[in-house]
Amino acid sequence: MKVKMAISYPTVGASGRTGDWRVFRPVINQKLCIHCYNCYVFCPEGTISPELGVDYEYCKGCGICANECPSKAIRMVKEE
Amino acid sequence: MMAECVEEEETSVYVTGCEAAARAVIIAKPSVVAAYPITPQTEIVEKLSLFIGEGRHDCQFIAVESEHSALSACIGAASCGARTFTATSSHGLLYMAEMLYWAAIARLPIVMANANRALASGWNIWADHIDSLSQRDAGWIQFYTSTVQEVYDTILIAFRVAENEGVMLPVMVNLDGFLLTHINQPLRLVDETLYQEEFLDEINVPHALNLDSPHTLGTLISPSDNYRVQHDRKLGMERAKDVIKEAERDFLRLFGREYHPVMEYRSDDAEVLLLGMGTLAKEAEDAVDMMRFRGIKAGLLRLRQIRPFPDDEIIDAISRSPAEKLVIIDRDYSPGSGGILSQEVKTRLYDAGIVKEIVNVIAGVGGQDVSAEDMMEMVELERGEHWWGI
Repeated sequence: MKVKMAISYPTVGASGRTGDWRVFRPVINQKLCIHCYNCYVFCPEGTISPELGVDYEYCKGCGICANECPSKAIRMVKEE
Repeated sequence: MMAECVEEEETSVYVTGCEAAARAVIIAKPSVVAAYPITPQTEIVEKLSLFIGEGRHDCQFIAVESEHSALSACIGAASCGARTFTATSSHGLLYMAEMLYWAAIARLPIVMANANRALASGWNIWADHIDSLSQRDAGWIQFYTSTVQEVYDTILIAFRVAENEGVMLPVMVNLDGFLLTHINQPLRLVDETLYQEEFLDEINVPHALNLDSPHTLGTLISPSDNYRVQHDRKLGMERAKDVIKEAERDFLRLFGREYHPVMEYRSDDAEVLLLGMGTLAKEAEDAVDMMRFRGIKAGLLRLRQIRPFPDDEIIDAISRSPAEKLVIIDRDYSPGSGGILSQEVKTRLYDAGIVKEIVNVIAGVGGQDVSAEDMMEMVELERGEHWWGI
């Protein structure tokens, strides 16, 4: 018997295309990247892949990746 | 000739209600105990800290900075599937209030001892049931005990009830402040191995967090689902009625002590029935005996649980007794309404179509001394609400 309660399982985009919320987008300069993976670890939405690409469909543009990047390889660029 | 000295395992001790509670908890082997001291519950925390420190049981003892944190720590641990225990009293319980609801709706089988104590203002550390009764709608199963032995036995029963897969609800075991927490009484100990092997299974929280199936508990829940969760909590509480009785039957079979949701005392042929909870309702047994000695056919119903309310048992006991008069003693009061136990009983009587002369006596609040002789006078009172001493 399983009780009913508020449980949520991780799925991609459970709250819709949150990339729409973004005002600034993170742009990674792969030449400056030292592959420390700080951005991958700190991204609260899991939108940075292990290959260090950004999923702009769901990235909200919070800028934590840019803040945590020790080599200043991530710039936050205003959306058009 | 030299006498041989054989060390026998002690089977009975002389301890306070607090120590009895702590001893029961150690036998149930929780993984996490998180608690904050408050009079008159402090000795429970002290003894648990001591027992765990002595290595009697390997357990994480978290000395938290508040009651809110104590219950929150238990919620976190129980969410991971751990057996947990906490203890509090009065203002500590109310400081937990927010998390009391969380624990019940999240269906976490936490066990707590609450030393019943009055609420300020006008600091009062003595027995009063308003602390726990004010939280009766949180979704916790609530037991009320009347002796040191019953405190111990009920905590042992509580873990099994809480962890039943159909129940999965937190359980509060109430003991009257000072009257039980600080009073020494003889205590018969259970066979720990028998308890662990025959009475209490390994804990299994089916919705616990686990790495194989990652999920979050207690996230945002929309109006289209919230009522389903609340309804399911109700079903768990209803199932608890039978689960409690089954646990009490097994407890009798294994350990020889008998408990029921409603403890009846000489009620079958009674012409007047006393009704109450906790130590007052134990003292009432003396009042019944003395009245019987004087030719008054008195009886007693002592409720051991108010949530889930033992509807069938209370109606059955009242129906079987020829008594036309019920004297309901409330060690609590809902200002602007009345005695809480009295209201609970009257609701069930109305549903069952039973009309009785109900005397509601507000007695023992804030530790007011109430004797068996006082209760003999209470049966003379007329229908309606009476404040003892006023």
